[in-house]
Amino acid sequence: MGQINLNQVTKSFGDVQVIPPLDLQINEGEFVVFVGPSGCGKSTLLRLIAGLEDTTSGHINIDGKDATTLPPSKRGLAMVFQSYALYPHMSVRKNIAFPMRMAGLDEATQKAKIEAAAKALNLTDYLDRKPGQLSGGQRQRVAIGRAIVREPAAFLFDEPLSNLDAALRVGMRLEIMELHKKLETTMIYVTHDQVEAMTMADKIVVLQAGVIEQVGSPLELYHAPRNKFVAGFIGSPRMNLIEGPEAQKHGAATIGIRPEHLGVSKTAGLWQGKVGVAEHLGSDTFIHVHQTGLADMMTVRITGDIEARHGDTIYLTPDMDQLHRFDAAGLRIE
Amino acid sequence: MATAHSKSAARLMIAPAVFVLLVWMLIPLCMTLYFSFADYRPMRGVFETWIGFENFIRFLTSSSFLSSLVTTLQMVGGILVITIAGGVLMALLLDQPMFGQGIVRILVIAPFFVMPTVSALVWKNMFFNVDNGLFSYLFQGLGFPPYDFLSQSPLLSIIVIVAWQWLPFATLILLTAVQSLDSEQLEAAEMDGAPALARFRFIILPHLSRAITVVILIQTIFLLSIFAEIFVTTNGAFGTRTLTYLVYQRVLESQNIGLGSAGGIVAVILANVIAIFLMRIVGKNLDN
Repeated sequence: MGQINLNQVTKSFGDVQVIPPLDLQINEGEFVVFVGPSGCGKSTLLRLIAGLEDTTSGHINIDGKDATTLPPSKRGLAMVFQSYALYPHMSVRKNIAFPMRMAGLDEATQKAKIEAAAKALNLTDYLDRKPGQLSGGQRQRVAIGRAIVREPAAFLFDEPLSNLDAALRVGMRLEIMELHKKLETTMIYVTHDQVEAMTMADKIVVLQAGVIEQVGSPLELYHAPRNKFVAGFIGSPRMNLIEGPEAQKHGAATIGIRPEHLGVSKTAGLWQGKVGVAEHLGSDTFIHVHQTGLADMMTVRITGDIEARHGDTIYLTPDMDQLHRFDAAGLRIE
Repeated sequence: MATAHSKSAARLMIAPAVFVLLVWMLIPLCMTLYFSFADYRPMRGVFETWIGFENFIRFLTSSSFLSSLVTTLQMVGGILVITIAGGVLMALLLDQPMFGQGIVRILVIAPFFVMPTVSALVWKNMFFNVDNGLFSYLFQGLGFPPYDFLSQSPLLSIIVIVAWQWLPFATLILLTAVQSLDSEQLEAAEMDGAPALARFRFIILPHLSRAITVVILIQTIFLLSIFAEIFVTTNGAFGTRTLTYLVYQRVLESQNIGLGSAGGIVAVILANVIAIFLMRIVGKNLDN
């Protein structure tokens, strides 16, 4: 259960094609993350899978059956929305019970499942409260509870953590990952945050303008980005992309080097520049280097702390093994 | 902002409004109260300043009082049912994306701008007229005998007229409520396996409950004083005499100002009882 295939799926709103023909395979039990900048069509893609939008052409298969024209409720998928979409006039208990009530399950089964879900999500004490009386994280858990009790073939998450504060987001991220390990159900997760994508995914789908730029495991994307867009999008801070003569020396139109693969010295090195802003995180230091003659700004990541003042001259030396090369079309050169 | 200066300025600015309110409301009320304890029949030249509660006793014990009370409740209830059921339907329809939405919305609101007397006359002469009303033509076209609405089912006819006038109000308030519903909630319900009717019952209707109570409260207050529509169509005959109309008849047709004033005070008390009752319900609904 939980295998989803997209075959030449397209979506147009009026004359505007937001998703050109697209193929994607999602295997059983996988945690797949759709990631991309806002407006890249990742939410639309999720809604197509959910059945909340109709496909313009192409086919969606769920567990081997054609689900292209099935209504959302018949697809066996559960969705957690960005706004949680809890029913405000119902208690937590009734919210969680709603899908079962619609399915016509008997009271005893409903009760047992609610208790189980509440226990798994630490909601037992809140069952009789209304959503308005809960914190953001608790609401999020109720939304997940409502999804769990349906025992879906796959869970769909639409930017579920974007309304939470930073600390809570990290906590909920772990909870969702633990849930995935426990349930072993397919999960599709949409986010614009590449950190969430990297930490959570078995498989990342990077999208831009409705086109899949690359599909792969987080480390595949990190070590071998297929093109400039993926190279720039995955990894934090962003990869430094250098064009011009320096790139031509390496037989490429553009070369890329990640901030963590640049060596720093105050006395000698391959490239010279001036220190701009230095961001001290304690464990790491990010230094923005200007006037290198290579790019507007280069970012360097140094483990630990370093004394670097604004305007100091600094020398950078790239780790040549970690250099990424891209051709004029932006594609990776192996 | 609440300095002593701004407070006194606020009082000064509010003063004219308070003054007007006093003159236009408190004085007539006091005069009504004064007349209600008097035997005042100007046509016969009778004026006795104090006859105790005689007017009240006469008004409350007459058979027309109870029947007029029942008529009032039937009328208000009927109009509320039609406007709210119709208003919810219209609001849901108008919320759908369609061509010419702006114009359609203005057209829907239009009846609210027509004066009650005018709309009652239009309904009476254009639709309900037995000889050449549109409904008569329609009935004839369908092979039925013409139906004299205003004499055969007068209460229903007036309910229809007033409901037509108030439907736009209900629609407008309910439409804004429908529009404020988070579409993700409906989508979540759809994913949860709720068909359209269940989504209406479990998501949309509870969301509208607050707006519906507001509509009920405001409309009830206004509908208790329906007058023009009755005056223009049936003149209070055929069981369409409401409490308001009864008071009017006592004062102007029987020329008994004392009795009419007592009726007016009774009506004020009843309206306030209903208002307090409704306010409590609304208050409860607005809390959560």
